[in-house]
Amino acid sequence: MGMQELIESLSPMEKKVIPFLSLSNFDEIVKKSQLDRVSALRALEFLNSKEVIDLKIEKKKVIDLGINGIYYRKKGLPERQLLIICEKEPISLGNAQKQARLSDNEFKAALGALKKKALVDIKNGRIIFTGDKSDIVKKSLEEQFIEILPIEFDALSPEQKFAFDKLKERKDIVIVNENQVVSFVLTKLGQGLIKEDLSSVGNLIEEITSDMVQKESWKGKKFRRYDIISKVPKITGGKRHFVNQSISYGRRVWSEMGFQEMTGSLIQESFWNFDSLFTAQDHPVRELQDTFFLGKERSLPERKIVESTKKAHEHGVDGSLGWQYKWNEKDAEKLVLRTHTTALSSRTLYELSKLPKEKRRGKFFAIGKCFRNETVDWSHGFEFNQTEGIVIDSEADFQHLLGYLKEFFTKMGFPKVRFRPAYFPYTEPSVEIDVYHPEKKRWLELGGAGIFRPEVTIPLLGEWVPVLAWGPGFDRVLMDYYEIKDLRELYKNDIKQLRNTKIWIK
Amino acid sequence: MTILTISKKQFEKDIGKIDDSMQDKIAMFGTPVEYINNEEIAIEIFPNRPDLLAYQNYKFSFLSFLGKNTGLKKLSVNKPERNYQVIVDKSVNDVRPYTVCAVVKNLKFDDEKIKEIIDIQEKLHLTLGRKRKKAAIGIYPMEKIKLPINYGAKNPKDIKFIPLDETREMDGTQILQRHPTGREYAYLLEGSDKFPFFSDANNEVMSMPPIINSNKTGKISSDTKEIFIECSGFDINILNKILNILCFALAEMGGKIYQTNLKYSTKTLVSPDFEPLKMRLSLKNTNKLLGLKLKENEVKKLLEKMGYSYSNGKVLVPPYRSDVLHEVDLIEDIAIAYGYDNFIPAIPEISTTGKINSGEIFKEKISEILLGLGLLETSSYHLTTKEFQLIKMNKKQEVIEVKDSKTEYSILRNDLSHYLLKIFYENPDVEYPQDIFQLGKVFVINGDDIKEEERLAIGLAPGNFTRLKQIIDYLGNNIGKEFSFGVPNDFPEQFVEGRVAEVKLNGKPLGYFGEVHPKILKNFKIKMPVALLEINLEELFNTIQNNS
Repeated sequence: MGMQELIESLSPMEKKVIPFLSLSNFDEIVKKSQLDRVSALRALEFLNSKEVIDLKIEKKKVIDLGINGIYYRKKGLPERQLLIICEKEPISLGNAQKQARLSDNEFKAALGALKKKALVDIKNGRIIFTGDKSDIVKKSLEEQFIEILPIEFDALSPEQKFAFDKLKERKDIVIVNENQVVSFVLTKLGQGLIKEDLSSVGNLIEEITSDMVQKESWKGKKFRRYDIISKVPKITGGKRHFVNQSISYGRRVWSEMGFQEMTGSLIQESFWNFDSLFTAQDHPVRELQDTFFLGKERSLPERKIVESTKKAHEHGVDGSLGWQYKWNEKDAEKLVLRTHTTALSSRTLYELSKLPKEKRRGKFFAIGKCFRNETVDWSHGFEFNQTEGIVIDSEADFQHLLGYLKEFFTKMGFPKVRFRPAYFPYTEPSVEIDVYHPEKKRWLELGGAGIFRPEVTIPLLGEWVPVLAWGPGFDRVLMDYYEIKDLRELYKNDIKQLRNTKIWIK
Repeated sequence: MTILTISKKQFEKDIGKIDDSMQDKIAMFGTPVEYINNEEIAIEIFPNRPDLLAYQNYKFSFLSFLGKNTGLKKLSVNKPERNYQVIVDKSVNDVRPYTVCAVVKNLKFDDEKIKEIIDIQEKLHLTLGRKRKKAAIGIYPMEKIKLPINYGAKNPKDIKFIPLDETREMDGTQILQRHPTGREYAYLLEGSDKFPFFSDANNEVMSMPPIINSNKTGKISSDTKEIFIECSGFDINILNKILNILCFALAEMGGKIYQTNLKYSTKTLVSPDFEPLKMRLSLKNTNKLLGLKLKENEVKKLLEKMGYSYSNGKVLVPPYRSDVLHEVDLIEDIAIAYGYDNFIPAIPEISTTGKINSGEIFKEKISEILLGLGLLETSSYHLTTKEFQLIKMNKKQEVIEVKDSKTEYSILRNDLSHYLLKIFYENPDVEYPQDIFQLGKVFVINGDDIKEEERLAIGLAPGNFTRLKQIIDYLGNNIGKEFSFGVPNDFPEQFVEGRVAEVKLNGKPLGYFGEVHPKILKNFKIKMPVALLEINLEELFNTIQNNS
């Protein structure tokens, strides 16, 4: 920047301090420029960023007088006041305190201090002066110390340090302030600048006003150049919750892949959540300690599907052996908070069964909240998000299942996907999906998928058609994106964090 | 999750070196590695393969998967010797109706092996046995008992023996009250007036299933060479599977298996029974489901790797497998033997139209409008605490409780408002203004049932009536709806009287908004004035749907 441009960029505040820069003393500048300390310092900071001066701001500990200290400097420390009274003749403790006009604490401290210096002794409840008369006139280290305050902490001599340590144990005699010590030197550029005539550029336009624009009064004048580098105060704005941002994206990906969204209740009958998915009634997942039961029931859908589900459980369908136990209708009526979005898939299949055969096909997805009765820690919670998908297609096969999952996770940012054998009561074959994390260099387990068993599909859909199905967890993907390590942070609603997290861009 | 831990040394001696490729193979067998350290390797066993919980069985099954000694494993079984008999009294019918038993000879136990047997027993109790409810196992040294055995049920006061780890004789009731194992499993027998028991030919009580064995007859030691196994419960199929799993594992340890005669009141059975199940398999179905073009001899080889045998469309299923219910279960095992990593992911060309749910789109639009005004979206749990939903809100109302919640979040939220106030309460030091909103479901009691309702809530801190009303007006304008406002009939005392309005659309009430009463703010330790809105979104959405 040339000298001319530099002059054009000076704000009025800066111009006020420039004539006094040669004094090289901040306090003088404050006094002479008639700016308050904060404005003067800002002006110096601006000049520093323009390389006019080399500014140093140091924090220094300065010891100063406290409220009691100010008083004692005038009247003398309590031990001095006490000494004056008792040096003449022995005096009772009560009288001494009264005459010296000291509070209990002060009196105690004063007596202690004098005793320590062997100036007094107490006999039969009376204070007796035992020191040398010449000691009386000598000022103690503490007395000397309060007279020289304020002083920088770093500049204390060993005697002063000793006095300070004694005094700081007593109430409000000394305090320690953190002071800013401002110092600077002019740079070469600065030395040139202070010789310049600042008025040579004339009156510069500061803020552009509506009046100026309308009256064109800016014509023939120069605009002051702004410091375009320096920081401005931060602002924040409205933003979607980060979990919802990622769910919106997931929705878009599935719909782009030709899937229709399924939505539905968070409360489900055990029938849709478990029984229709061939989960035996004594399966551990159906215990209170795994699933949230609500203590209410809802009646089951029409008999046909209830009967065919019962049959699938008791004796099997399509040549299956079934689970071979007595299926209890009452257990199926119990309401639960859904443990997986697969409850939506079973309902969707049932709805399709009401359509003509050729229309019983399609691709459906869901992303939604599910619940399990869990304690809460960094990797467990009682609410979590799952993404669900089903493909009903007479030509669908196992390789397609892997294909859809690979495509979805590639779009979610994990192109490297691995499939492993797994077990779920309602799918066969079953698959566990792992995605490779390129930075962590390891596989992340995301959840399950498979082809619905005939014991699921036949009662629900009324016929055997391969139904590809998956329900991996969603939270792990979004936590990875937002670099969140603790599940509890998802719904903590820390406003500062919500304002500062980056948005989902994919 | 059930874990099988194996000594690393043992695994490497029996199967092979544990390197990356071996770990991949273990995972691709359907038994992912949980961890490996210097001493041991821990492998997860899925609930469909309890047979693999015994290391002996895991070893031969996994080796077969790797191509060594493939095919159906034949286990010879000896006919019952004289006295190998269990007399089942009909008194057990109402308490624990079935038992299947076996005798195993030629065993050599050391401390390691005894530990292994107890470990298998415990894991089978937990999994297939459903914590001993469905099935429980008892193992007895032959030298301590005298066959034949009785299985019966009688008044618990009359079942007297010294239970394991005790020195004094106790009766059935005392065991449930005083013995640690008795107390743990007491719920399985509580309410029965008769308890089941096994006793030997000398009328010595051997055990009281599913609780505990006798200290005298129910403990195997390194001197034991022959054992008697009983498995009791409610589902004879499961009992047979459990017995078979144990027999296969013991046979791997060198044991010779002998059958027992089970004299039920109506019939006589013989156990164990190693006859494999026959199941049909269609090559066509296999290839169609997997998307492969396997030939019959390839399918045969793959099945043999998984421990089956195959000929002419028929598969013989090993007698320890409890999970093979249908052809698809065989097809999955074919896929596992083929290798999940050998399938090629493919997306078929079927044309379908994608669609996002219109209610979800509507919620996105509502939030867009509010984001434009600088409001920040928040999101809270559907479960909440009584402390926040009721006590701090000065509310007394019926709540919907979930059963046995493991946290203090034990009720379903019936509004979003208390959550917004909770957010202000938890963010006292964050820069104001804090203008926030939330969209989500709440749960409302509806007679005997529960209704789910989509809601919108807005909270402004600091906020006042006018600023919030401006926001509602703006929202209305943007969706082409004009809200009307009225004095609520039922004054919600969380607000300041005279500063709360009911929001209506076409005369239907949607909810309230207004200035929150300072007494509520004090409950939440909020230092700012707060304006709050909560409305039902479904009504709004329906009117918009009907118009379009």
